[in-house]
Amino acid sequence: MSNALLEVRNLSVDFHTARGTVHAVRDVSWSINRGETLAVLGESGSGKSVSASAVMNILDIPPAQIIAGEIYFEGQNLLAMSNEQRRAINGKRIAMIFQDPLSHLNPVYPVGWQIAEMMTAHGRPMSEARARTLDLLNRVGIPEPHNAVGKYPHQFSGGQRQRLMIAMALALKPDILIADEPTTALDVTIQADVLALLKQLQAETGMGLVLITHDLGVVAEIADRVVVMSQGQIVEQGSVRDVYHAPQHAYTQKLIGSAPGKGQIKTLEPDLPLLLEAKALCKTYGRFTALKDVSLTLARGQSLAVVGESGSGKSTLARAILRLETADSGAAFWKGQDLLAMSPSALLGVRRQIQMVFQDPTQSLNPRMSVYQLISEGWDIHRLMPDRNQRQMRVRELLEQVGLSAEHASRYPHQFSGGQRQRIAIARALALEPELIICDEAVSALDVSIQAQVIALLDDLRERLGISFLFIAHDLGVVRDFADTVIVMKAGEIVERGPTEQIFSAPSHPYTQRLLAAALDPDPDVQAQRRLLATAQA
Amino acid sequence: MTKLISQRAIASLLSLLGLLVLVFFLSRLTGDPAALFLPIDASEEMKAQFRALNGLDLPLLEQFGRYVWDFLHLDFGQSLRKARPAIEVVLEAYAWTLPLALITMTLVVIASIVLGALAAFNVGGFFDRLVSIVSLVAASAPDFWIAIVAIVIFAINLSWLPTSGVGTPWHWILPIAVLFIRPFGLIVQVVRGSMLGALSAPYVKTARAKGVRNLPIIFVHTLRNAMLPVITVIGDQAAAMLNGAVIVETIFGFPGIGKLMIDSILQRDFNVVLAAIMVTAIAIFLMNILIDIAYGLLDPRIRH
Amino acid sequence: MSDLSTAIPPAPAKRRAAPLLAMLWRDKLAFVSAIVLIVIVLFALLGPALLSDLATSQNLRGRNSPPFDLARGWAFVLGGDSLGRPMLARLIVAARSTMLVAAGTVLAAMAVGAVLGLLAGYLGKHVSQAIMRLADVIMSFPSLLIAVIVLYVLGPSIPNMILVLAITRIPIYLRTTRAEVLEVRQRMFVQAAVVMGASNGRIILRHILPVVAPTLVTIATLDFAFVMLAESSLSFLGIGIQPPDITWGLMVAQGRPYLTTAWWLAFWPGLLIVITTLSLNLLSNWMRVALDPSQRWRLEARSTKDE
Repeated sequence: MSNALLEVRNLSVDFHTARGTVHAVRDVSWSINRGETLAVLGESGSGKSVSASAVMNILDIPPAQIIAGEIYFEGQNLLAMSNEQRRAINGKRIAMIFQDPLSHLNPVYPVGWQIAEMMTAHGRPMSEARARTLDLLNRVGIPEPHNAVGKYPHQFSGGQRQRLMIAMALALKPDILIADEPTTALDVTIQADVLALLKQLQAETGMGLVLITHDLGVVAEIADRVVVMSQGQIVEQGSVRDVYHAPQHAYTQKLIGSAPGKGQIKTLEPDLPLLLEAKALCKTYGRFTALKDVSLTLARGQSLAVVGESGSGKSTLARAILRLETADSGAAFWKGQDLLAMSPSALLGVRRQIQMVFQDPTQSLNPRMSVYQLISEGWDIHRLMPDRNQRQMRVRELLEQVGLSAEHASRYPHQFSGGQRQRIAIARALALEPELIICDEAVSALDVSIQAQVIALLDDLRERLGISFLFIAHDLGVVRDFADTVIVMKAGEIVERGPTEQIFSAPSHPYTQRLLAAALDPDPDVQAQRRLLATAQA
Repeated sequence: MTKLISQRAIASLLSLLGLLVLVFFLSRLTGDPAALFLPIDASEEMKAQFRALNGLDLPLLEQFGRYVWDFLHLDFGQSLRKARPAIEVVLEAYAWTLPLALITMTLVVIASIVLGALAAFNVGGFFDRLVSIVSLVAASAPDFWIAIVAIVIFAINLSWLPTSGVGTPWHWILPIAVLFIRPFGLIVQVVRGSMLGALSAPYVKTARAKGVRNLPIIFVHTLRNAMLPVITVIGDQAAAMLNGAVIVETIFGFPGIGKLMIDSILQRDFNVVLAAIMVTAIAIFLMNILIDIAYGLLDPRIRH
Repeated sequence: MSDLSTAIPPAPAKRRAAPLLAMLWRDKLAFVSAIVLIVIVLFALLGPALLSDLATSQNLRGRNSPPFDLARGWAFVLGGDSLGRPMLARLIVAARSTMLVAAGTVLAAMAVGAVLGLLAGYLGKHVSQAIMRLADVIMSFPSLLIAVIVLYVLGPSIPNMILVLAITRIPIYLRTTRAEVLEVRQRMFVQAAVVMGASNGRIILRHILPVVAPTLVTIATLDFAFVMLAESSLSFLGIGIQPPDITWGLMVAQGRPYLTTAWWLAFWPGLLIVITTLSLNLLSNWMRVALDPSQRWRLEARSTKDE
């Protein structure tokens, strides 16, 4: 028996679902001591959160069932304890924060009360809890703590809400903090701040930190050791540097290999004919400015990326060009014709030439339509290819072009995985033989390994078919791999634009610099160097 | 919050105005108003006299003006049956219906929240099934039939309770019991569903991870969130309670607004009918505002 | 990013209707409800043609004859009414008007409500606001009172009953349809269709209606029960269906004076109302789960355990 403070030993958990029993985790073991940071790394469906939920006694039983294993905390098996004993440990000795703080905070109680409850639930008097709440809010960097305690979760920003969760979790100075994807929903600059805060707090309190994540960059930035999970099993564990530089298991190798941001940077060929030009687009929603004087040009065969954090207006830009939103002012010319002033019939013609691929293929494909119907819908709309045999042939070709097979045509979207669904969406876009495809965060909902495949597919289409891309994304690595030109947006305005090479090697605008600095590299050595550099500058 | 409530109030006021117009046109344009207002055996002479007296021979627009003016003064004319101002008769009846509805609704709300919450916490268990079946039957049963069966059993066969009237507290038991059934059946289902949803919400996970005990999780964290959709249904059912009141009051001879309305209709006392509609509309208007305030108090997201 | 997609093999494609029937068979309560409703619909369709003579033949010696006495033949198994007519035959014949009013109301309200809801959800703000305010006026007032007043003015008859009840029920469908349309419109697959150039008509018919329809059918089932109760209440109060037409609600009213001497006159029709509305409620509850792809696993989960 090891001397670790918290040890999960040979844990196996099943989920009883509609389609039979799923082995969520099999024979999982890891341990952590005070002062350590352990990352549990895995893609969706890998079971990376299950063992942590078992530690916190928050697995839903049923459908979950613990088949085997023990969880030792200070040498005591948690799974053999009564609920009351475990309740006393939760929050006080082991605390947890979650991915989506908005839904994990109770919407109808003030945040001050919710933080204080962590202390009153463990027997501290209310007066003491109130005073400590103010200290905690101050410590995690919430402005005006006296005011903030009376506010409700929806009145804070995403980053602030995660700070509130952290304040709550650390109220009783726990020995272990479990953080389940704590920065996944946050913008990169805010992610950097939150990770920095977690590290400082760990240094102050000496707690052990278990970080569950899918992001190699986060692992590189913060963790000492890493546990890599795939399909419910631990495939590899060790120090972060060892695992990154000498991955033993094929899955780890693939995962590290598909991390974006390492490929050849593309350059724009000169003198390509102009396809799309937007001039001074403006859009406001009430007092919120979504677009302010945004202009851009896009040439045939070009892949132009628009990068920005949430609320930067990058999606609104795409929607305004496609006339899904009406711009307040400005113009957008498609081969010289003004898209925004076009008659409905002329617009119908242009809609054939511009297609869009959305972020989440689960939602962008009508669940009640078969793949054949989905792909051929565009032909129905534009009255093309009336011949049924010809259509079936073409659907088969398209499916093969995006890496699916002909027999998939009769299936429905829910029968595919996330990456396959995005391939279907791409096949649908290709069916109308467009000249421009607008990708709105088209790969950000996908796992890294699948992301790499989809990017490769898009790249291939661009080269073979000469399609132009307007590529909207927040992930700099993906943008670096795919685009030849980059536009950086902030608060509805373009702050910088230029060739990809220039933006990534010599950014001129401070915001672009900050964005690049905040982006995490999957290589722990690179991250360590950057940290040194940052502290030296400060 | 005040902005939201005033917005809702204006919307309700518009509804009230809509109702006013609707009733006016229904009563003036679908036939001879004199025939509506007067007894069936009224002579032509009486009708002519009535028209002149009530300005029914004036241009339509002017009639509408007078009608609105009278409404603003709560002047609905005389009750033909009782030879008193119609509004007096109506308010008198409300004095009986209001306590009946209030007592019933209070019991309904308490019973359905407690039983619904417990059923949700014990989902799939014996108590949950029992509550589900009882609520389904309660929501499916016609109240007039329940009333009749109750009279046969408790008043006729067992002679425990009086069949009609309002003399003693005993007289209230059957009307309240019958009026209770349908809203209870409907609300308890909503409470159960809403509680189920709230119990699986992420913030409950957080509370468990914090080490909060079960009772505060149910009654502090979950119940308040689960009440939000319930409030809306309670409002709807409180208004629909008048539907039940019409039936229950008629059967049990309870001198409230429902019985008054049916009696006035059967005896063609149209002024009273009109007054009853309008007072009811105002009552519902006020109740809707109360519901909105309750909603705002429970949910800070609406307040801000 | 569906979480278990890598771990669960995709379910094989199934034909549409067969699994739905199989699911119905597994939920015994819902199955029995469906059978009960089919029987009642058969009563309504065939009853008057076969039994109307029997149901109207007066027999003074059979006045208020007690139930469960087969001496006068099977038709008197539930007793005889105050004019000696067999209760069973009358109950079966009365199913027609009861069902006619309820079905007419629900169909009319659903058709009008769904169309207005689609319009309100799809057209500009002003049209939408006007339609919604109108619905508010109707909704803010107890439905029975509206019906009572309108029937008073227009006179009671089956078409007027359907008209009035339909008007009071339209807002239910209107609001549901509009809310769903507003929600579905924002879904990405509708946006994707817009980007491809799909017309409003195509989007409504191909993409929105199929999502909204199951909800409407579920509500309609529940509403059928509500309308039946409303109709019987009105008929019971004497301002609904008038003799010689006959519905279950009216039969309860006609039996009321004989409560002390012949309880069965009011009891059987009321019981039939309860059984019918209860079946509708149970079926609607089942449909709410069965017709919703995101909820269906609850029923399928039960089925895998059974197998």
